[in-house]
Parts: sequence; structure tokens; C-alpha cells
Amino acid sequence: MTKKEILDTYLVIYEKMLLIRRFEEKAGQLYGMGKIGGFCHLYIGQEAVVVGVDSVKKKGDQVITSYRDHGHMLSCGMDPKGVMAELTGKKTGYSKGKGGSMHMFSKSKDFYGGHGIVGAQVPIGAGLAFSNKYKKNKSVCFTYFGDGAANQGQIYETFNMASLWKLPVVFIIENNQYAMGTSIDRASSTLKLFSRGQAFNIPGQLVDGMDVLKVSKATELAAKNCRNGNGPYILEMNTYRYKGHSMSDPAKYRTREEVQNIKDKKDPIENFQKYLLKQGVKEDEFKKIDQKIKGTISEAAEFAIESKEPDLSDLFKDIYL
Amino acid sequence: MSNIEILMPALSPTMEEGGIAKWLVKPGDTIRAGDLIAEIETDKAIMEFESACDGRISELLVEEGSNQIKVNTPIALISDESISRKDRNVSTKHSNNSSLSNTNQFDLKSSDSGDVKEIKDGQKLFTVREAIRDALAEEMRTDQNVFLMGEEVAEYEGAYKVSQGLLDEFGSERVIDTPITEHGFTGLAAGAAFGGLKPVVEFMTFNFSLQAMDQIINTCAKTLYMSGGQMNCPIVIRGPNGAASQVAAQHSQDFAPWFASVPGLKVVQPFSANDAKGLLKSAIRDPNPVIFLENEILYNDKSASSKISDQLIPIGKAKVLLEGSDVTLVSYGIGIKHSLSAVELARDIDISVELIDLRSIRPIDYETVFESIKKTNRCITVEECFPICSIGNHLSASVMESIFDHLDSPIINCNGKDVPMPYAKNLEKAALLRPEEILNAIKKVTYRG
Repeated sequence: MTKKEILDTYLVIYEKMLLIRRFEEKAGQLYGMGKIGGFCHLYIGQEAVVVGVDSVKKKGDQVITSYRDHGHMLSCGMDPKGVMAELTGKKTGYSKGKGGSMHMFSKSKDFYGGHGIVGAQVPIGAGLAFSNKYKKNKSVCFTYFGDGAANQGQIYETFNMASLWKLPVVFIIENNQYAMGTSIDRASSTLKLFSRGQAFNIPGQLVDGMDVLKVSKATELAAKNCRNGNGPYILEMNTYRYKGHSMSDPAKYRTREEVQNIKDKKDPIENFQKYLLKQGVKEDEFKKIDQKIKGTISEAAEFAIESKEPDLSDLFKDIYL
Repeated sequence: MSNIEILMPALSPTMEEGGIAKWLVKPGDTIRAGDLIAEIETDKAIMEFESACDGRISELLVEEGSNQIKVNTPIALISDESISRKDRNVSTKHSNNSSLSNTNQFDLKSSDSGDVKEIKDGQKLFTVREAIRDALAEEMRTDQNVFLMGEEVAEYEGAYKVSQGLLDEFGSERVIDTPITEHGFTGLAAGAAFGGLKPVVEFMTFNFSLQAMDQIINTCAKTLYMSGGQMNCPIVIRGPNGAASQVAAQHSQDFAPWFASVPGLKVVQPFSANDAKGLLKSAIRDPNPVIFLENEILYNDKSASSKISDQLIPIGKAKVLLEGSDVTLVSYGIGIKHSLSAVELARDIDISVELIDLRSIRPIDYETVFESIKKTNRCITVEECFPICSIGNHLSASVMESIFDHLDSPIINCNGKDVPMPYAKNLEKAALLRPEEILNAIKKVTYRG
């Protein structure tokens, strides 16, 4: 690739990260206005993880995650309108208003949810990898979970089977330092989550999850390992969420200074922008992207607000196929 | 010197009779405690049987190939003469030989009695165990995406020998032994279903399904709805459910009402071999998650064995097993076995019973139940599960709401007792449903009690 081509792909990465950031800011705003209800977990601060992983994803590769899922969906190429409309509980949402923030899916984009039970998506992700192996395709399932879920028993049941059967699954631990309000050192007997697969012979690696290019590079190697039939791989992405666990979280378990310090020094979007500027990308390019995203987000919000609620007759639909 | 009787052993909790698949000794052989003397056919498998004492075989009382020998029936005599080291060496050699070639000295023809009973109108009667195995094999032959996974399903051929022969035919990519991790492998199977496969998950017993409940309820049952109809979960979860025989509280519970209360699941609990086969084939073809509840006692039970038609049995359709005019019994699974006994008892006192086998518990075939009650005006429900929140409770409410005016008597729910299952034989019997209790209920609703 020429330098121009490389920079163009980097700008796509930048745009995706910014899209997620702006989308989440808007979702937070709509939540405050009462347009979004229930639980709503924002992804702000962690954008480099999903976008970095997505940059090496191949057609047919699956993605599955827990309930902090808006970023994963946008990064998979799901329409912001449909995601936002689901958040507002509208008929035009990805789950026709029946799933909400935590439960969205898109088979056509190979996004398998959006799961509300901590850790439950992990065996399911291994099952998707199992189907890849069974069908003898070369696809990989990227299975995300958090530092909190890393203490769930079913994770280790899954590690065992994934390694035993050499399933093509990359386990991505998004360590954002807090399981709801419990910091990792208060919940985990060991802090090296990437080494939790050692007992099962699964290689693991710690990655700077605030640096999108490092995420991309590590994921590429892990996925290659899977595609070569060597079985699962664990990547621990060291990252940070700026907002509370959910919208109703007062975040008393950490100081404002701690959050501000990360924002100032480690912000994945700002740092990547600085890097691109150094590489010769013009300010104008960023302005254009900014404008474009502003349009996309306000369009999505408008669509989500204007769309109709589900018909009452939908209550009894989609229970059985 | 005296003769010691060797008795037909009970080699499984549910074994009441067995067969001599092969004698590994012959009269005159000297044996030591621990030497193999026979291969015994139990209700589940063929098992090697060891002598518990030293001595010399003086007589074999039962021919090789004989079936239906009650547990504790004498099968051989051993003289308890002391044996020398030299004899012992000979005996080892003999028993090895006998398993290879010497068996020919006996008349090996199997006794006909067992086979005669198993054939009616020239057609074989299949056990529920065979029916389930055949359904699995047939569906796996027609659909490459169907696979079986669970503990001991492959090399061991099923803890209850349901998957006999499947590993040989379909290989280890489609018949998969799992580690003992119900929560994990149920979630993994759900993921495989989302990925386009059609998993059949065997639980060694449904008691272990509790470990996997989150994946069954929160993933399998709800994802179609939560995804606005995009992502279905075509999974079958099957295995023995309910009490077996003296396996006590943690291994003896009927979970039918638990699963039946969850929208998104289908739940079936067949009684007969034919229904088991037809319903399992339907379950595997169904695009929804189906809980398929089997029963260890029924796997080899004569009352549940039946001819097999190749027809699919639709999920959600009850069957009128016996027509009658005085009272409607509604039951399913092993409840049918007890109900059939109660119907016989009622016949002796001239009460005509209509017996309905629900077969499917979700969806329930209300219409068939209602139509019967409109005719008999009386209803009793019969099931093994605990009495609180039972299917009978639900049916009683549904009948009252829909056809109250047709009732001439309150509905009675016959259930297992409201206690954890005890181990002791007499207590276990008292905790389980008994035909006499059903008969009492029949008398009560017909005002004959």
C-alpha cells in the first residue's frame, strides 16, 4: 500500500471511532431527556478496541459481546439509525423495539449480540467458532467480555472446550478497570487477565487498548493464529470507560481527577488524530469528517425520535418461528 | 463341600430382570473372586459380571442367551472347595478360552420367550431407547447440520445407552463427548445453533440442566424475541427427567413445569416409543428450542414399547389413548404408565375412563382436553412433578376459565408428594404417584368413594 492508501484506511478508522463517540454522547443526551429508558451502557473511552479489532475482521467473521454493545454494532457497519431507534424503543429499531440497548443483533453484519447476562456471550461465541470449524470455513469469532465477566465460571468452561477442540475464537477482554463499581484489584486475585488461559494452554497478550493501531496489530496476529487451526487466543485490552457503568451510576468509586487524567493523556481519538496530523493529514480532513458525523448522528436521533412505537399486536410476535 | 448359588445381579438402579449374553465359564472351571464369569444384559447395556467368591463351577442353571431372568434368580452353582494355586492358573486360562471358543460346547440358541413377546402382528415392538436412537440417526442422515453433544454420548454410547452406534456411523465430528460442563456446553451449543447448525444436547439427566438454566432460559428461549425475529435457536435439549429408582433427591425431579413456564421454549414429554421417535424427529426439525424430556424407567419399559410408524408426531398435539365416558384423565410421560394401571382398576368397578396423553406440555393442546371434559364432565390430572405450580394446576385454571359449566365435580390434581425425593425404598414409593391414589381420585370425582 502507498502512504496515501494507508492514511486513507487510517482515516476510516478515525471516522469510526469518532462516530461511536458522537453516537454515545447523543445517546446519553437522549437518555437524559427520557427518550431512552432502562439500562444504557455507554462505550465512550473504549472506542479504539472495537475499531481496531474491526480493522482486521474478514467477511464471515462473527462478533459477539455483552451489553456495552453500541460501539460494536456501529463498528460492524450497522446503521446508526436502526441502533438509535432501538434505544428509543421504536418499531424501526434493529430488534423492532423488543431488545433495547443490551439486545441487538444483525445476522447480515455477523453481529450476534448484545447479551445482558455477564459472561453468557462467551460460550455462545465459542459455539459460533464451533460452527465455523464444523463447516470448515476459515472464519473467526471475536468474543468480547469485560474484566468483570473474567471471573465468571462459564468463561473457564469455555476456555477448556475452546482449547480442547481448537476452536477459532479470539477472546477479547475489555479491561476498563471497573466491574460496575468494583475496581479490578478488589475483584480479581490476579490482575493479569491475559494469562487466565494459561491453565488451558491458550496464549494471551496484554494490549494497549487506547491505541487503535496496537489493537489492530495484536488482533491480526491472534486471528491468524486461529485461522491456521491453532485454536483460541486471548487479548486483554487495557482500556478505560469515561462514563459510569450505566446512565444511573454516580461513579463515586473513582475520582474526577483519575478520569480527567486518562482523558488528557490517553484519549484514543485525540491521540490518533495527533498521530495522523504528524503523518501529514490536513486539518480540513478532520473538519470534513466531523461535519459528516454530526449529520449522521442528528439524522439518527431524529429518525429514532420520529419513528413509531411498535404496534401492540407485535407483543405476541417473534416468540416462535 | 457345599454349593453356593450365584444370583442374577441388579447392575443398574432400574434393572429388574436381565439376560445371560454370554457365559465366560463352564462347569468344572475353577474360579477366584474377581474372575469374570458372564456377560449380563441389563436394561441398559451388556456388563461383565464377576464372581464374588472362590470355588469350582458345578452347574450353570441358565442357558446362554436366556432373557428376562428376574434379579436374584439363581443362575449358577459354585462349590466352595478350596483351590490350589495350580488350579487357579488353569482357571484363568479356561475363562479366557471360554470367551473365545469354548462357548460352543453349550447350546447357544437364545430362548424364544423374549422374542415372541416382542413381536405382535409380525411387527417388532421398539423400546423408547431404540426409538430415540433411531430418530437421532435418521435425522443425522438427512441433515448434515444435525449433531449430538453431551457427556458420554460418543465413546461410552450414552450413560443410558441411548446413542448406541451413533459414533460409529457419524464419527467424532458429529457425535461429541463433552467435558462435564453443562453451563458451558449448553451455551456453546446455542452459539452453534445461531451459527446455522442444529445441535442436539444430551443432559445425562435433567437434574444437571439446572447448571445450564441461564443459557436455556436467557439465551435459547429469548433471543428470537429480543432480536425482533432475526435470530432463532434451533436446538434440542434432551435426556432423562424425573425419578429413576432410589437415586434420591438431587437425581429425582420432574422439571416439566419449570420449562413449560417459559415463552420461547417448546416442551415435550413422550410416553410411548412411537411418540418418542416421532416427536424427537419433529423437535430436531423445529426451528425453535425444544426441551425433550425422557424418562429412565420408560427407556426399556414394556408398557411404553410400541410399534413404530415413520410418521412425525406434531408438537402441540395431544392424543386420546383410551376412550371413555365417566372421567377424563390428563397425563403425560411416566404419568401415563400409572394412569394405565389406574384405568384397569377403575374398569373393575365399572368406571369408564378417557385417558389423554398430552405428549407436549408447551404448547398444550387445550382443545383435546376441553372436548373430552365436555363429554365426561370430570377431570383428573396425573403427573410426577411436585404439586405446586404443576401442569395440572394450570390446566385446572384453564378448564375453569373456559368450560366451567361442563364440570360436575372439582378437578383433582394427582402429583408426586411435596417432598424432596427420599432414598429409602418404602419412602420413595410413598413419595411417588401410585395407581391407587389415582383410583381414589377417580372414585371421588365420580362420587363413588
